[in-house]
Amino acid sequence: MNLGEGVQLVSFGLLTALMLGSALGVVLAQSVVYSAFLLGLTFTGMAGLYLLLNADFVAAAQILVYVGAVNVLILFGVMLVNKQMAFEKVPGLALRQATTGLVCAGLFGLLTTVALTTPWMLSTTTPAGDGAIVAIAQHLFSDFLLPFEVASVLLLMALIGAIVLARRDLLMDNSATGLSDDLELKLPERPKASLSSGGEP
Amino acid sequence: MQLEYFLTIAAALFCIGIFGLVTSRNAIRVLMSIELMLNAVNLNLMAFSNYLDPAGVRGQVFTVFVITIAAAEAAVGLAIVLSIYRNRDTIDMEQFNLLKW
Repeated sequence: MNLGEGVQLVSFGLLTALMLGSALGVVLAQSVVYSAFLLGLTFTGMAGLYLLLNADFVAAAQILVYVGAVNVLILFGVMLVNKQMAFEKVPGLALRQATTGLVCAGLFGLLTTVALTTPWMLSTTTPAGDGAIVAIAQHLFSDFLLPFEVASVLLLMALIGAIVLARRDLLMDNSATGLSDDLELKLPERPKASLSSGGEP
Repeated sequence: MQLEYFLTIAAALFCIGIFGLVTSRNAIRVLMSIELMLNAVNLNLMAFSNYLDPAGVRGQVFTVFVITIAAAEAAVGLAIVLSIYRNRDTIDMEQFNLLKW
């Protein structure tokens, strides 16, 4: 084992420990704010693993999109729905968690067995390395052109859909509906139950 | 440094994501668990791209697409959570029974 492989192995171990530890923290932490910050740490460790896999462009995209956009979005979500309220007790919760843990451990064992026993046809050609950006661009504009365009349309649809969903829609004339405010708030299944208590200019 | 290492930790991350998805009661944490699962899939794609198809980097192209979809999914998911929070005044997953019969 030469020096390069040693450095690679040590950094792989460190990144794996960082990533799996913070992923466990995301799931198990008490406060959801800690979960959000640990999620950013997980994404950063994942970008380091991408660098180990000779993919610098995707590592940069991971940092930009996940840490820069998705994580900040989730932090905004945490801030907007910050409700300090203990959840009500649900019977059988511990049993459910134990069952889920068991199923997840079984799934992990299954996936690991498949990964370890399958004879992978490893390629021996040298990786693209820095030329990966050019290769990705050529793929995106030749054989992946249709998915590329469809993805742009999907992003536009998600943009408009998120605005429409998150917009606060006020009922303009409350008296015309014939329902008083109390009765309206008592209808839990009303599809557009309005919180039209005013307050907005 | 072998392919199996990366596949194993991707499997571990995926299982952590499933556990969080099923057991957590905060809706925002459910979204975070979905992001973890998408990241595990990304790691699988990148590992296969590096070890089985190093010259033509199709796995990296797929990863870029998955990152795009994940960003769109996070935005729409958070909008849905905000909308439900405004209507139901809670983010407890146990009380989201709007689509139950």
